[in-house]
Amino acid sequence: MTDPSLARRRFLLGASAIGASAIVVGCTSNEQAGGTQQVAAGGDNAEPGKEVTIGFSAPAADHGWMAAMTNNAQAQAEAFEDVTLNATEGTNDVSQQIAQVETLINSGVDVLVILPFDGKALTSAGQKAMDAGIPVINVDRIFNSPLAYRTWIGGDNYRMGVNAGNYIAEQMKAKNVANPIIGEVAGIDALPLTQERSQGFKDALARHGFKVGPRVSAEFTVESGEEQTANLLQGAPKLDALWNHDDDQGIGVMAAIDAAGRDEFIMVGGAGSKDMMDRIKADNTVIKATVLYSPSMASTAISLARLLGQGKGVSDFAEHEIPASITTYSAVVTKENVDSYMDIGFAS
Amino acid sequence: MSDVSEKSSASVDKPGTPPDGAEPVRTGPTSGARTPSGLRLDLRLTILVGVLVALCVTGYVLQPDTFLSESNVSTMLRLAAAIGVVSVGMTFVIISGGIDLSVGSMVGLASVWMTTMATQSYGPWVMVVCALAVGLGAGMINGVLIAYGRLVPFIATLAMYASARGLAERLSNSRTQVVEQQGYLDFFRGDLFGIPTLIWMLAVVYVVGWVLLNRTTFGRRTFAIGGNEEAARLAGINVKWHTAMVYGIAGLCCGIAAIMVVARTTSGASTNGMFYELDAIAAVVIGGTLLSGGRGTLIGTLIGGLIFTVVNSIFAQNNLESDIQNIAKGVIIVVAVLLQYGTTRNRKT
Repeated sequence: MTDPSLARRRFLLGASAIGASAIVVGCTSNEQAGGTQQVAAGGDNAEPGKEVTIGFSAPAADHGWMAAMTNNAQAQAEAFEDVTLNATEGTNDVSQQIAQVETLINSGVDVLVILPFDGKALTSAGQKAMDAGIPVINVDRIFNSPLAYRTWIGGDNYRMGVNAGNYIAEQMKAKNVANPIIGEVAGIDALPLTQERSQGFKDALARHGFKVGPRVSAEFTVESGEEQTANLLQGAPKLDALWNHDDDQGIGVMAAIDAAGRDEFIMVGGAGSKDMMDRIKADNTVIKATVLYSPSMASTAISLARLLGQGKGVSDFAEHEIPASITTYSAVVTKENVDSYMDIGFAS
Repeated sequence: MSDVSEKSSASVDKPGTPPDGAEPVRTGPTSGARTPSGLRLDLRLTILVGVLVALCVTGYVLQPDTFLSESNVSTMLRLAAAIGVVSVGMTFVIISGGIDLSVGSMVGLASVWMTTMATQSYGPWVMVVCALAVGLGAGMINGVLIAYGRLVPFIATLAMYASARGLAERLSNSRTQVVEQQGYLDFFRGDLFGIPTLIWMLAVVYVVGWVLLNRTTFGRRTFAIGGNEEAARLAGINVKWHTAMVYGIAGLCCGIAAIMVVARTTSGASTNGMFYELDAIAAVVIGGTLLSGGRGTLIGTLIGGLIFTVVNSIFAQNNLESDIQNIAKGVIIVVAVLLQYGTTRNRKT
């Protein structure tokens, strides 16, 4: 899940608002899809237009978030009667994914939506499609070169950390906690996405004069989340707040907190799973909020691919074309607004 | 298996004599300390215990308030429980001269199977039986492929490593299956006589494993097969049946571990038991069990596993980076094995 460079990110902050509106649009109707898939209304663009065949390639749906990405893309495509989705079997084998993209190019799709397993490794495949005149929508894990995609849409790991940090800082100030002990349960430390999340968290807390206390890194799995959190809690007899990067591992984090019988702190999650939103809504555990990194972006990617294929722009935008990059906003979901986000919570 | 028996048969003068590695076969019902290797075994254990104590002292010095507190000791043992149980099965397999790379995947599969909606609908005890049956079944498949299908253990269990994890992903649709059975959670996450249930389970598995290995013909035959398979066969041991059973035990241990992991995490997931094979093999090797088979102790395995848990705890509680932790683990494996190797070198050459 590589992200744009810092410079690009600053440039993209403006685009965050677009991402936010894309999420909101994605929230509107979801009756038939059973809870996790979003279907954008599409505004004036919803009128059936030119038939578009969209090629779709993504990694294996081996965890809740990734499964939701693939499901969302399929549900969104089904919602358009003028869209035919040509989806390949998800794979975590880079060379296989390159072969899949080449097959899609040869089969003559109109637009390609690629969520690469490894953005760097799939750059050449994206470039090849662009050279063949097929516009590419690069989802989340960004290619090395902007020449390899027409539009990039993805999440903002740095801002996840920033928003988690800001939320926690506000809560601490509201409670008049002078020197709060703030813990962090990160994901896999070796990944850039984890480093960006942690950096954002650290930077935001520093702006409020706070710092990160006990920190452990889990592996995005329930079991590692439980183990690492159990150890963290033992080393920190008193906590004021805790940020867990990932709601998939969050089930384990919550199990460890429950086993330790701890409830003196507030917890913030990350990504936005249905399970965590349910717990936030119930408001009977330590978890009070989660910062989004929502798989709804896959739905938006399909909508954008359709508009690209039909040569349309985004309704309400003055530009006649689809933007070159869109960063979704890492909104903070709390008890107050959780109802309006329930429909994008994914099954972990 | 064949390469293993070749290696150990090289140290045997003539077929039929108890092989070099199988000395614990002579262990009478009294004590292991009487065997010719007993002294060295004790020295190895002393070193291991020394390493464990040194780590605990380090942890205590760094965090005097929390490290040796009742709740931290209980947490460490609880975290060590699942991998500890898996290591019991792994010790049997390695003593018998084999290897099992599939333990982590079998834990994952059993944890998923026992937490499907269908299984959960029958109640807590069906979930438990399901985990045990899945673990035993997968282990027996390993055993039959190795003993009767004549597959090399490395290959047979590598196949199970891949396919059990795959089946777990398919069954769960790669989702986390939260346990809805409150009775299950209450019992396995709770205490029995003031001590967490998981720690009782760990203790019971070790005691039963120790008795089985050291006080029954089954255990002696396991040593004999690992020491020299051909000699064991000539001595009238049903090597094939026995080998299959040993892998079945490893699978059963994985089923028990799945029960523990599901209790700890309140959920079943195909990612459960990730890398258990590496941790279990490391614990067994640190514990002084020969990878070539024929010799080993369960107490060593227990301490080997505890060493890792204590290291994890020290690192997490002192806010140290995970990369340094991995380096430290590697160093500990090498140092622990080298220290023990020093005590046995004369004998092996």
